[in-house]
Amino acid sequence: MINSTTHEFSLEALRAGDRSEFARLVDAYSAPIYRLGLKMLSNPQDAEDVLQNTFLNALLHLADFEGRSSVSTWLYRIASNEALMLIRRKKANFSIEDMQPEDSDDEVMPETFVDWSLLPENELLSEEGKRAIDSAIKHLPESLRMVFILRDIEDLSIKETAEILNLSETNVKTRLLRARMALREKLSAYYGERNPRKEKE
Amino acid sequence: MSAHSHENCQALLGTLSEYIDGELPADLCKEIEKHLEGCENCRIVVNTTRRTIDLVQAPQQSEALPDDVRERLFKRLNLDTYLREKLSNGQGG
Ligand SMILES: [Zn+2]
Repeated sequence: MINSTTHEFSLEALRAGDRSEFARLVDAYSAPIYRLGLKMLSNPQDAEDVLQNTFLNALLHLADFEGRSSVSTWLYRIASNEALMLIRRKKANFSIEDMQPEDSDDEVMPETFVDWSLLPENELLSEEGKRAIDSAIKHLPESLRMVFILRDIEDLSIKETAEILNLSETNVKTRLLRARMALREKLSAYYGERNPRKEKE
Repeated sequence: MSAHSHENCQALLGTLSEYIDGELPADLCKEIEKHLEGCENCRIVVNTTRRTIDLVQAPQQSEALPDDVRERLFKRLNLDTYLREKLSNGQGG
């Protein structure tokens, strides 16, 4: 997540090829972009490719960037395109590998009703718990995962997420709800088994 | 099963994200809270969805870019000269 103190960058300097300003930009956004790559592709090498390609592309297109969106939105847009392109390329190569059932337009109906929300944090975030969370994210369909990463992991607004992905805000909200419900189901199945208090109050 | 109407559960589900994100008007929130008082299942869904979002955010925030990844990135971008000038952001060592 980007530090809440907003980074100010001089577009003028960036477009004029100011290397030091560009280095500042790289330092400000490389962590969240690398993280986005990791979450989308689940592989450090691919995440590094996304990271490098994002900034190479940014460098290449800086001159065309008119500043109609924020630098942050612009960079995230390049990064999300890079990640999706890489996923598509990998799928073309290994079509069997990734046979996650693409979610249909089914209504999102909760099915598991176990309240594990009060389990202690150290239990929820144990090494095994963290792996369960990562795996749940990894198994979201890409179209939901990207929205979820931007909104809930990177804490961007619905509006900014919509701008980055070129989607309507309504569409982002729908995907976000689906993603959250799908994760909730997965985590409920996982933590629910560890919850001794299954009976109703 | 209590006497609450299932339609209300459906309606709540539709606004769940916005409710959790605090983006609903106060009167709607009140209505939802009234429903939650009488509906355990919806209460569980709200609680666990909230927690799910917390948990997903929690481990991420401290994750910095690995040093070797940063170094390769800077080299790839011909920014070698700026490798050492990392903005000091309060990280010790
Ligand atoms: Zn209900």
